[in-house]
Amino acid sequence: MSDPKIEGYEFKPGFKGMAKDTGSDQTMFKGVHWGKAMMWIFLLSDTFIFSCFLISYMKGRGSTLIDWPNPSEVFALHVGGVDVPLLLIAIMTFVLITSSGTMALAVKYGYEKNRKMCGWLILATAIGGLTFVGMQAFEWSKLIEEGVRPWENPFGAKQFGSFFFMITGFHGTHVSIGVIFLFIYAYKTFKGHYDEEKRGWFTTIKGNYVEIEILGLYWHFVDLVWVFIFAFFYLW
Amino acid sequence: MSDEYENKKGYQAQSSETISSGSGGGGSGTVSDADYVRPSEVPEQDLYHGHSFITKWIFCQDAKVIGVQYFLLATFTGIIGLILSWLMRLQLGFPEAAGFMTAEHYYQFVTMHGMIMVVYFLTALFLGGFGNYLIPLMVGARDMVFPYLNMVSFWMFFIAVGVLLASFFVPGGPTGAGWTLYPPQTILEGTPGSGMGILLMCISLILFVAGFTMGGLNYLITVLQARTRGMTLMRMPLTVWGIFTATVLAMLAFPALLVGSLMMSLDKILGTSFFMPTILQAGEVLEYGGGSPILFQHLFWFFGHPEVYIVALPAFGIISDLISVHARKNIFGYRMMVWAIVVIGALSFFVWAHHMYVSGMNPWFGFFFATTTLIIAIPTAMKVYNWVLTLWRGNIRLNVVMLWCLGFIVTFVNGGITGIFLGNVTVDVPLSDTYFVIAHFHMVMGIAPLMVIMGAVYHWFPLVAGRFLDETLGKWHFWLTFLGAYSIYFPMHYLGFIGVPRRYFEMYDSPYVTSAVGMNEFISMAAFIVGAAQLILIYNIVRTLKIGKPAGHNPWQANSLEWLTPSVPPEHGNWGEKLPVVHRWPYDFSVPGAKEDFITQTTPPSEVAGTEVEKT
Repeated sequence: MSDPKIEGYEFKPGFKGMAKDTGSDQTMFKGVHWGKAMMWIFLLSDTFIFSCFLISYMKGRGSTLIDWPNPSEVFALHVGGVDVPLLLIAIMTFVLITSSGTMALAVKYGYEKNRKMCGWLILATAIGGLTFVGMQAFEWSKLIEEGVRPWENPFGAKQFGSFFFMITGFHGTHVSIGVIFLFIYAYKTFKGHYDEEKRGWFTTIKGNYVEIEILGLYWHFVDLVWVFIFAFFYLW
Repeated sequence: MSDEYENKKGYQAQSSETISSGSGGGGSGTVSDADYVRPSEVPEQDLYHGHSFITKWIFCQDAKVIGVQYFLLATFTGIIGLILSWLMRLQLGFPEAAGFMTAEHYYQFVTMHGMIMVVYFLTALFLGGFGNYLIPLMVGARDMVFPYLNMVSFWMFFIAVGVLLASFFVPGGPTGAGWTLYPPQTILEGTPGSGMGILLMCISLILFVAGFTMGGLNYLITVLQARTRGMTLMRMPLTVWGIFTATVLAMLAFPALLVGSLMMSLDKILGTSFFMPTILQAGEVLEYGGGSPILFQHLFWFFGHPEVYIVALPAFGIISDLISVHARKNIFGYRMMVWAIVVIGALSFFVWAHHMYVSGMNPWFGFFFATTTLIIAIPTAMKVYNWVLTLWRGNIRLNVVMLWCLGFIVTFVNGGITGIFLGNVTVDVPLSDTYFVIAHFHMVMGIAPLMVIMGAVYHWFPLVAGRFLDETLGKWHFWLTFLGAYSIYFPMHYLGFIGVPRRYFEMYDSPYVTSAVGMNEFISMAAFIVGAAQLILIYNIVRTLKIGKPAGHNPWQANSLEWLTPSVPPEHGNWGEKLPVVHRWPYDFSVPGAKEDFITQTTPPSEVAGTEVEKT
């Protein structure tokens, strides 16, 4: 990324440049859209939420006296007569990571003002997210069928069910909210709200393709969190 | 730092070196070069101007109106908290007069008083109230960067307060588990409000956090990305620094509260066992098992300790500005003050378990957390010294605002010193859960920030309403509150030393009774008087709105931008046609060589040539 052009301001490279930007007037992050800066800070806060969840999970798993169920058995999928461990979760993860790829492409085409490509790629991302949520619903119903509940668990410690449903549920909510916004943004892109700088529905802020990048930041974050949840729940 | 100015001639006018009046008043080319400020980077902000009563005063997107809304609602909940404390004091001082109150009621009042005062009163008032009103004005922005989100933030807070107060009217009443809401007893039968009460409390907290996050993002981005031309971070008033840092803390600490509340609600509704160990109740083993109650304490205090500084840091910032303006002197060690705020904020995330010395955690934790806790005393003491040094040889105006400032310093030092007692494990263990703790935290984060709020109200009321509050009434208000608050909390230290435990409905036939009874009566009397004394302020405000002395522009001869708006009170958009351009910090008071004893932030260097202004 090259520095933006700002009248009367000269950028410096590296740490000195950072110090200079910090010490300058008007903005600390030069040329950064307000909404984008806001999303970064929101994500920092959200990181703390997920960290609290995962640390609580580690503490809960560490202090329970009953054995934790073996994840490669609990999460296995019965396909063609054999139990394949982590099959569903591998597909889910693949889908979600792929949707991050399409999101990144959507951002690129957005900045190139390629309305159609951008819209289709956002739609593809939304469908990827929807698939993920669908597969998660499938996994939930499978576990519930087998008797796992937030308050009990036939395979071992009852905290397994509690933490699993709470944390994947909280993450799934994030994905679902993301999917809703992706559909809205796809609609707005196709309608040309960003090309024509139409004002938002409730605000006076003018439409701009940077909004797609902002939503992209959120989407990549949700992906990144999933990687941690995946590691902590399915691989530990 | 600001090397973009370097190649400009006349840059020296911004340094503390004196410029000969010849070159300053000489060629106009030199002058305009000295006054040069880089053009605006950010395009003008589009604002939604309300047309009807509803969009102007209720669902309003103007940060100033939102600030006043926050202020009023927080004050309203604060008054409820005050009435609850009266009821508690009635029971403790005169139990025979409080026959209507059962032990359950008492616990519920304790709990609600604590939660209301800390979260819904102080936090909302400092960040939502003062933050919204002052940040855009002080950094020279037209409004918060996301006005719509800002409006939603207030209405989330409104709903959160509604849910909280609704818990008074549900079966079983509000939760009575203490404001710390420690499980397992919080959600077990036998604790008052263990049904709907605790659930509504958790929901209300979650809503509060969600609403606050929206507001907090606004405050942060406005400070970081929407300052006016010439306004560097190190030229911001300390008020903005305090609120800014507190908001950063809130953004990182509230997540722990959110997670704790959510897990507690699930333990209650779904019967999960996050915090619930195996429990034997009335000879019966409950369904719960395997959870960790200490986990909740860690989550709660990871929020709870930064929360103390979320309240304290804005107070530190505001008091610095008030002292500087009313002592007519620059704040002593501005940069040190900024860094102290930042360091206190950072350290506050490493001290939380000093609230848990008696929780049964590993003793080595106590060693670590006692050390980090005592380290906080260093930047805090620096701040106190700097306030005192600001007063030293200042041209002090001993008005009501200054009285509140002095009251704050004394109270804060007092509460801070008892904090050093409680930070040490060996001293803390015998004092734990006694009135000493009550005295400590009420002094340091109850009364001290309250003094700042009061000072700030008297200071900024002329800006918000355009009229001065009455000084005589203000002095009555101050002395009754200050002496009264000391009469309440000073004896409590003694009660703590003789071992009177906190959160006890009554003392029964314990040996404390003889020496504690008289003192409890005295404290209760003082509490009634102090509470009633707040009516003076309300009367003063109502009276002033009608017949107060008009204040006009910049009545305190202050330097910071909020006093320099074209109209008083400022209108939506704050600045009229053109945004202000900042040339200096807001503390150029009593500058040698200057015509007046203050140089506003917008005064260009060419106008003050020949004076010894600070280089900022």
